[in-house]
Amino acid sequence: MMALFKLREVQLVAVIIAMIGLIAIRFPSFVEPSSLGNVFNDTSILIILALGQMVVILTKCVDLSTAATLALCGMVAAMLNNLYPDLPVALLLLAAILTGALAGAVNGLLVWKLDIPPIVVTLGTMTIYRGIIFLISDGKWINAHEMTDGFKALPRASLLGVPVLSLAAIIVIVIMAIALKRLATGRAFFAVGGNPHAAVYTGIDVGKTRFIAFVISGTLSGLAGYLWIARYAVAYVDIALGFELDVVAACVIGGVSIAGGIGSVAGAVLGSLFLGTIKNALPVINISPFWQLAISGSVIILAVAFNARAERRKGRVILKKAEVAA
Amino acid sequence: MMPVEKSSEPRFVRDRLQGRSERIVKSWESLLLLVAVVIFLVNVWSSPYFLDPWNLSDATFNFTEKGLIAFALALVIISGEIDLSVASILALASTLMGLAMTHGAGVPELVLIGLGTGLVCGAINGLLVSRLGLPSIVVTIGTMSLFRGISYIILGDKAFTGYPADFAWFGQGYVFWVFSVELVLFVLVAVFFAVLLHMTSFGRMIYAIGNNPVAAQFSGVRVERVKFILFLLSGLMSGLAAVCLTSRLGSTRPSIATGWELEAVTMAVLGGINILGGSGRIGGVVLAALIMGMVTFGFGLLNVPGIVMSIFVGLLLILVIAIPKVLNRLAPAKKRG
Repeated sequence: MMALFKLREVQLVAVIIAMIGLIAIRFPSFVEPSSLGNVFNDTSILIILALGQMVVILTKCVDLSTAATLALCGMVAAMLNNLYPDLPVALLLLAAILTGALAGAVNGLLVWKLDIPPIVVTLGTMTIYRGIIFLISDGKWINAHEMTDGFKALPRASLLGVPVLSLAAIIVIVIMAIALKRLATGRAFFAVGGNPHAAVYTGIDVGKTRFIAFVISGTLSGLAGYLWIARYAVAYVDIALGFELDVVAACVIGGVSIAGGIGSVAGAVLGSLFLGTIKNALPVINISPFWQLAISGSVIILAVAFNARAERRKGRVILKKAEVAA
Repeated sequence: MMPVEKSSEPRFVRDRLQGRSERIVKSWESLLLLVAVVIFLVNVWSSPYFLDPWNLSDATFNFTEKGLIAFALALVIISGEIDLSVASILALASTLMGLAMTHGAGVPELVLIGLGTGLVCGAINGLLVSRLGLPSIVVTIGTMSLFRGISYIILGDKAFTGYPADFAWFGQGYVFWVFSVELVLFVLVAVFFAVLLHMTSFGRMIYAIGNNPVAAQFSGVRVERVKFILFLLSGLMSGLAAVCLTSRLGSTRPSIATGWELEAVTMAVLGGINILGGSGRIGGVVLAALIMGMVTFGFGLLNVPGIVMSIFVGLLLILVIAIPKVLNRLAPAKKRG
């Protein structure tokens, strides 16, 4: 029972429930099912991005270009929609996802083939992708009236009472959970981050695994890009500026270790929901949204301090086992 | 690893790996100098206004404040850490200076508050990284949100304006002819960091830590204390940059210097500082600052929008690291063929 409480996922669930409970004492309307559903819906895009980011961080890398990729893919979809209003939405969604995969592949190739540190690569491509948006759009905005109704309607539509936006997040969660547990590539992400040298000896291509991780992150950013642009019905250069920090924060809060090899789908999802709950609760409890940035900053620092303590304990145990084995 | 060459000539081992002149010619700094000269000439050729002394003097403002930050950041990176919160420290220092100004603080107080805020923020980063042993990339992503977040809490969507007239000296004053206060400050700080890094035992310790922190620890280097001091210096330089930038702009918004951490990191890496730690020289960072400043200014004269310049900065960051790697890979292949 105590062991259960030491799990980051359980702690997070407890904290989120406590947080919602406290707010509910003063503002009961916040805990109505529709309101909580909104929280999940608003957090869907963050969840999708955090899962992509988690895979990258698992392999000891980091992808700071996710928000820029999101904005680029969203702009591509919006511009195609604007220029060719007859194209079906499915094709636009595909275009956004492919653009994202391509952007992720560029990151991945630079890391894999040229062995450039991922933080440098993605800091660079972060500005390059934003710049490309400016070049293709000429710095202009694409506003709601320039998009077709079908394009804007998809994220707001609902299937069996569940909004498509939430549904997209749920599908991504399920696919990622299965892939990371059951597929060889999914296990490889953990192996590469946990111990790259050992991974090589077990026959895993470290560079290629990292490349795949970046492609996954890019692909999910592409999906998120369409969802973001279509939901807010506007596309411009600075969409989701700085959102990559929220994404990294969600992972760190969810117990994903920045040193690689440690993390879980549930953790990343709960980390996102934690940030999402705060974001949605601030206006309810009448705190200026300007507090948001400082709060997420403090939470990141607290979370990384907790992570370090948890990992240190684990490290010692492994060492003792190694000593016994030797 | 160098591939073993097979040749009929008698083999000999050289006394040194490279001669002194060979080392200078092949060094990163010489390459940067070449690039700087080329960019200078391109600028002269493409705009008739470039060579005007006052124009050149204006151009220096494109890199002086960022350069101040980049020098200290270079030391942090050489020690194997990173500080992504520099621009946010600048924003917070500027905001607190503005707050003090509205309560009637004079120029000396404003400068002290700017530098003091930098030191306190640097100390927070330093404590989290060295005392608690947390990874600096996450810590400073956190403090990056926290410090700028505090600025947003204080200012919201407002701005501080109306700094005292004397305060403008730091960002708008000139020491002599076209040499601005900021440029002189830039040179002094560059010399200070060059001496600190290349001529003191403290500087050697920074390299030792960056190359192998465990070995450094066993050699008697107080790794955690050195790292703490480096974060302190990084904070202090951000505070100094805050004084300069606030004085130059004459106003403070919470969004001040957004994205500067990227430019400072780019400046350091372009200057030959190894992002993985352990090597790099201050001279390279100075040249990188000049190059980035001239490119920005040249593009400005040609009416190229700011975001296109940022593409260039991003490309530069990647190419600078990629090109030597590609060349290294091609070189042995050529010998074999």
